[in-house]
Amino acid sequence: MFAQHLQPNLSPESVEKSPTRNGYGDGLLEAGKRDEHVVAICCDLTGSTRTDKFADEFPNRFVQGGVAEQNLASVGSGMAALGKVPFIASYAMFSPGRNWEQIRTTIAYNDANVKIVGAHAGVSVGPDGATHQAIEDIAIMRALPNMIVIAPADEHEARKATLAAAKHVGPVYFRLGRSATPVVTTPDSPFEIGKAVRMFSRDESLERKVGIVSTGSLLFNTLMAAEELQKNGVGASVLHIATIKPLDEEQLLAFAQEHDAIVTVEEHQVTGGLGGAVAEFLSGVYPTKISRVGVQDQFGQSGDPDELVEHYGMGIDSIVAAGRRVLE
Amino acid sequence: MSIMQYLTSQEIKKLEFKANEIRQSIIEMLTEAGSGHTAGPLGMADVFTLLYFGILKHDPKNPDWEERDRLILSNGHICPVLYATLAHAGYFPVEELLTLRKFGSRLQGHPHRQSLPGLETSSGPLGSGLSQAIGMALAERISNPYSAKFMYCLTGDGELQEGQIWEAAFLAGKEKLNNLIMIVDRNGIQIDGYTKDVMPMEPLAEKFESFNFDVQEVDGHNIRALNDAIGKAQAVYGQPSVIIAHTIASKGVDVFERDFRWHGNPPGKGPEDRVTKDKQAEVALEKLRTLAGTINTHDA
Repeated sequence: MFAQHLQPNLSPESVEKSPTRNGYGDGLLEAGKRDEHVVAICCDLTGSTRTDKFADEFPNRFVQGGVAEQNLASVGSGMAALGKVPFIASYAMFSPGRNWEQIRTTIAYNDANVKIVGAHAGVSVGPDGATHQAIEDIAIMRALPNMIVIAPADEHEARKATLAAAKHVGPVYFRLGRSATPVVTTPDSPFEIGKAVRMFSRDESLERKVGIVSTGSLLFNTLMAAEELQKNGVGASVLHIATIKPLDEEQLLAFAQEHDAIVTVEEHQVTGGLGGAVAEFLSGVYPTKISRVGVQDQFGQSGDPDELVEHYGMGIDSIVAAGRRVLE
Repeated sequence: MSIMQYLTSQEIKKLEFKANEIRQSIIEMLTEAGSGHTAGPLGMADVFTLLYFGILKHDPKNPDWEERDRLILSNGHICPVLYATLAHAGYFPVEELLTLRKFGSRLQGHPHRQSLPGLETSSGPLGSGLSQAIGMALAERISNPYSAKFMYCLTGDGELQEGQIWEAAFLAGKEKLNNLIMIVDRNGIQIDGYTKDVMPMEPLAEKFESFNFDVQEVDGHNIRALNDAIGKAQAVYGQPSVIIAHTIASKGVDVFERDFRWHGNPPGKGPEDRVTKDKQAEVALEKLRTLAGTINTHDA
């Protein structure tokens, strides 16, 4: 059963679509209105990352940094040192992709209050191809002490994550997608940094039980897959983990204990991302079978976003298949 | 200190004594640590002494004072001179300098901002300091367009081979950050050799000029000249400033001077052609004490 707080009548035919970057654009503007310390720096991608709404409203609190992502990270650190709350925005492939060391030394090691916004994450970037599809960003950011890592599910969650990041004191990374993806949650759905949310609860009369853990905009495919599994006699629940670090260990442990096996779903390499985090945690406290849905140690390519998500094994059918397989 | 402060001969001699004390501390702490960098810290002792004892608005008893100027050390490996200067200025006990690089010490091998009062950032990986100083300068301009705060960024010269420096230089020039003063330690050496062999960087002044910096070149051991240059840099309007300080690597210990092999070795582990390892620390301290004795007899 779908959680009460989600959009009504979710189905592939009727679901509304919008890119998560839109939610960030709205959230940043709102954060800027609430707190005069919020500033933004962008690397020649102001419109594309949706930082433009903030830049238009607060031109004196916006810095156009040009195509220079290493500088971007450290300028952000310097601004934070003087009390600003900088949002530094680029494509995830370049920030944190290109400037990881600057993020490590000048933001994470300094525990600087910088918010790193990585747009165009995942293969759903589409026609731009593999060079622009960040599918390793969660792994490299999750490895950094002091860093919070968030992958919002949709436009509404991206807006809430932006506002939460602005309020949180300390470094935060969140990734955004380029293409329009299903809007699953509502403005009233719960969101809190570090808290997982149950999005679909299983039919308790069914004997076999799989728990599916999702992050980012594959939440919709995950929900559809859970519904499909249940139609075919497999109990399925969905726990959405928007905050990959810190992991909501309490809920994840309880979720694993309630199910026979776990499937993780992310638009990211299966190594080091959500699947890695879940496996690392559960192997120590409650070893259980885990099947990881995501990109299998490959690079992406050009194509339509949906086509690529299907091709790389993250479509609804692939999640259903993973759910069946892990219970065998 | 106010803009273009004139220094009397007496004041200059006092600063020279202080720099000499700081150099002695550097030798002692590096020898005790058994590892670390010698050439850069000794070479920059005059610049650090002038900044902390003559230029910066700061309060060692209140390191988080909001109105302080910021000193961002970009080439973190020369931190022995920063630590020694901070200790002599009163940020923490001078005895603590002997914990450099040891387990549990606040004096990490490369600076960690949260470990020690007086540090404005963590550094070590080269090329990031100018960007951070720019971030501070921008933040200050947004908060207070009439601010009198200056952001001083100290870099090495080999460090200028990092691409990030020039990303930052673009932005500093574009934003006309006259509250930013960069000081380059132009000692001409880096780990693998002389900068002119490893990666020639001249004409350096012209490079910065082309990025819209106000550029001055100065003898990095002449306190009066340095003081004048910083005063002029503070008065520059509508441009960031860079002072290229020509320094002598390992300045003050003639048997170590100008030799790139002293870049990353402490006394006791340096090249032996001019003094054997077992005598290096002792000879260095002796040379410095002798030099201190001459300060009062020369013209400042």
